[in-house]
Amino acid sequence: MPHLWNGVPSVLGETDITPNPGAGMGCQPGYRPKKFAEKETVKKGGLIKMALDRKIALINLSTNEIEIKPIPMEVRKKYLGGRGLDAYLLFNHTKKRIDPIGPENTLIISGGILTATCASATARTHVMAKSPLTGLLGSTNMGGFFAPELAWAGFHHLVIKGRAKNPVYLFVQNGEIEIRDATNLWGKTTTDTQWYIREELGDDEVKSCVIGPAGENLVRFANVMTGIKNSGGRTGMGCVMGSKNLKAVAARGTMDIHLAHPQEAFEYNKRFIDQITSAKVNQTQGILGTPFIWGATNCWGGVRTRNFQYNQLEYADDVEPERFDEIATETIGPYHMTACFGCQIHCRAQYKIPSGPYAGKYDEGPEYTSQGAFASEPGCRSAETVLAGNHLVDQFGMDNLETGSIISWAMELYEEGILTGKETDGLDLCFGNDKALLEMVERICYRKGWLGDTLADGGIPAAEKIGKDAFDYLIQVKGMNNLHSDERATPALALNIATASRGSDHLRSRPAIDLYHLPEEVLRKIYSSPMPYDGPLSSEHTSYDGKAWMVYWQENCYMAVDCLGICKYHTLFLGATLPNFEDWPKVIYYNTGLELTPKEIWTIAERGNMIERMFNLREGLTRNDLRKGDTLNHRYFDEPCRRGAPDVIGMSIDRKKFDEMIDEFYTFKGLTKNGRPKAETLKRLNLEKEPSHLL
Amino acid sequence: MEPAGKVLMIDHEKCTGCRLCELVCAVKHDGVSNPMRSRIRVMKWEQEGLYIPMSCQQCQDAPCMNGCPVNAISHNETLNRIEVDYDICIGCRTCVSVCPFGAMNFNTIDRKVIKCDLCDGDPQCVRFCDIKAVDYVDAGDVSIMKKKEAAHRLSAANKKAAALQTTM
Repeated sequence: MPHLWNGVPSVLGETDITPNPGAGMGCQPGYRPKKFAEKETVKKGGLIKMALDRKIALINLSTNEIEIKPIPMEVRKKYLGGRGLDAYLLFNHTKKRIDPIGPENTLIISGGILTATCASATARTHVMAKSPLTGLLGSTNMGGFFAPELAWAGFHHLVIKGRAKNPVYLFVQNGEIEIRDATNLWGKTTTDTQWYIREELGDDEVKSCVIGPAGENLVRFANVMTGIKNSGGRTGMGCVMGSKNLKAVAARGTMDIHLAHPQEAFEYNKRFIDQITSAKVNQTQGILGTPFIWGATNCWGGVRTRNFQYNQLEYADDVEPERFDEIATETIGPYHMTACFGCQIHCRAQYKIPSGPYAGKYDEGPEYTSQGAFASEPGCRSAETVLAGNHLVDQFGMDNLETGSIISWAMELYEEGILTGKETDGLDLCFGNDKALLEMVERICYRKGWLGDTLADGGIPAAEKIGKDAFDYLIQVKGMNNLHSDERATPALALNIATASRGSDHLRSRPAIDLYHLPEEVLRKIYSSPMPYDGPLSSEHTSYDGKAWMVYWQENCYMAVDCLGICKYHTLFLGATLPNFEDWPKVIYYNTGLELTPKEIWTIAERGNMIERMFNLREGLTRNDLRKGDTLNHRYFDEPCRRGAPDVIGMSIDRKKFDEMIDEFYTFKGLTKNGRPKAETLKRLNLEKEPSHLL
Repeated sequence: MEPAGKVLMIDHEKCTGCRLCELVCAVKHDGVSNPMRSRIRVMKWEQEGLYIPMSCQQCQDAPCMNGCPVNAISHNETLNRIEVDYDICIGCRTCVSVCPFGAMNFNTIDRKVIKCDLCDGDPQCVRFCDIKAVDYVDAGDVSIMKKKEAAHRLSAANKKAAALQTTM
């Protein structure tokens, strides 16, 4: 007899649930759920009951109009939620070539379809708009606790248009949305804003995503932030919020989310968590956080240093992960890791700055990007600088990655004589000058001085303003600076950053396991499901064979994850054993009742990626455009790696092979040689009628 | 496993603040995702990174039990827990107001008081908490563990003091 839970018959036979006895330390051997709640609950909630009943709200800040609508099942089945549906909404709700910081830009804040259900780490908030940094797709994703709170408040997507006359913030609570005055919050740091909102609303459980001074000052790479350091950093979504006079979106929800099959969802979640926490890479993340990746990559020679002049930071003892672990242990205690909603990886460290002008300040992190931005890229070697820089960008609400990269670029220009003391207002902007680095962070945030104001506009506009051959030194794709990793020895990773939809980015399609040299049969097992693939695959990271397929596969995998609203550490990103397409149908079905096969999820992901591409094409993406295309800075091809392991040193990307790889990638995606979708691809993905304005 | 004599032991230093315990508690008891329904709640001071899970202490001389005007709350000897008899409970929330830990909750959707029932001897918050900030141990062992930790701190301090003396 199948289990009964709230009168809902189980979809599984008795044997299908195999709880993993003894997997977690506290798990008793032979565990069986003894008693689950009997018929009791469903009394309130009305129309907003299940996860898929969460609504969409269209908010116009110019006219103060708010419209709340259900999300039709037809749209759900095409885009699921999260990033996929965001992309659809953005494509439908913006006109061609609008001003990204004008009122006509549309900002979308959302959770995925699994957000706040009984699935592991459904903490991710997705934010989308046309990017003021790149002029193409603006899209960013952050952890924390905001999206679940939004879902408990009854919403999955907020579509924000127009521009408020005065600073405002939105308060979303149990099915209702209020536009509130934020004049007294303007100018406040990201954390202060959140505490003030809580005080004003008299509720400590309110979760908000906010902007800091950088967003207000329209720094083109300003963050949206929630909590102490959860940042939606890339592509300047904070700048869009600032341009709309929107200081924050606060949420508080106590509405039930009923699960389609709670008991199965519950047990499957346990199995999922065991699978995720058993991966060694996640266990290490749980101790050292993302700095461990920086440490590992740096010793191998894959970390961009001194604005791409080198690929390794030498004598880096003070900024190694172990050093940050030591500082966190000294200032917080032996248990200093913290987590996003429902996540058992807990990859985020807590710390207090041990010394210097910011001594005693509490913050979280640092992450890989902070080490890149405040150590390897500007050539600094001090833990204190990394921690202080990390603290500053968190408080100001600006993207640490972009900030560090752009300052390092200015440093190289200064050393090359393209920038002089006149432009820097006397600041000695040399590599390794920690003081100047931190000073520049503040100047950019408040647009102080000529250089601060120039750099705050982002790389390409700054390069045009500086003139000479400043642009040649800018390590960017589609106008966004690259992650502080060096891809010259890894063609797969180079292809990933060149073709990522939001500009140079590792979280869109990076086949990170390419570096593990897994046996070919293992790779084949992973990459030939759910779509059959019998082309070449290579375990060698320096090879160009089959890498286009790996990137294509990962692109769809990450899109699916972003539609579900879960973290990338919970899928095949850093660990080869982590869940992917084959594991998701059950999670989706148990939690939401939506029946999908792995192949259908793949198609949905393909569709999401294609509509992102259609948006980019509409905004001017062309294949070989250095400013808006799928290509890399000349240094990737012309300057070989100067440091690192024997399989790294001397490596650079082969232009011809790289072009062939892009051709291959386009073929998999169903694009023409110019990177435009073929008619049959659009037909296959049901996209020929876009924009279709279903929502 | 014999559950009698076991208690929920919370180590707030270990807590990462992820609130998975709240989620699984609500889903286990009500089949619904909503932390408001959870018997265990993580209190947070995010400014300092302090997270403290709060749940019923299953007191020996429980104020909720003593305060209940209709004697709906009783001590269950076998499971070592305080439990509410909903057939008797009138929903006056006296227990909520007298609990020194705020561990007696009021569910505003079902309009009834809820408290930790230790999942009948197999607490799911413990099962899901990977770092074991919430653990289920013999009541007698709690003080032993605390003793050991304190002793360790003392010995570390002694060693440091000794080292200081030798260098002086």
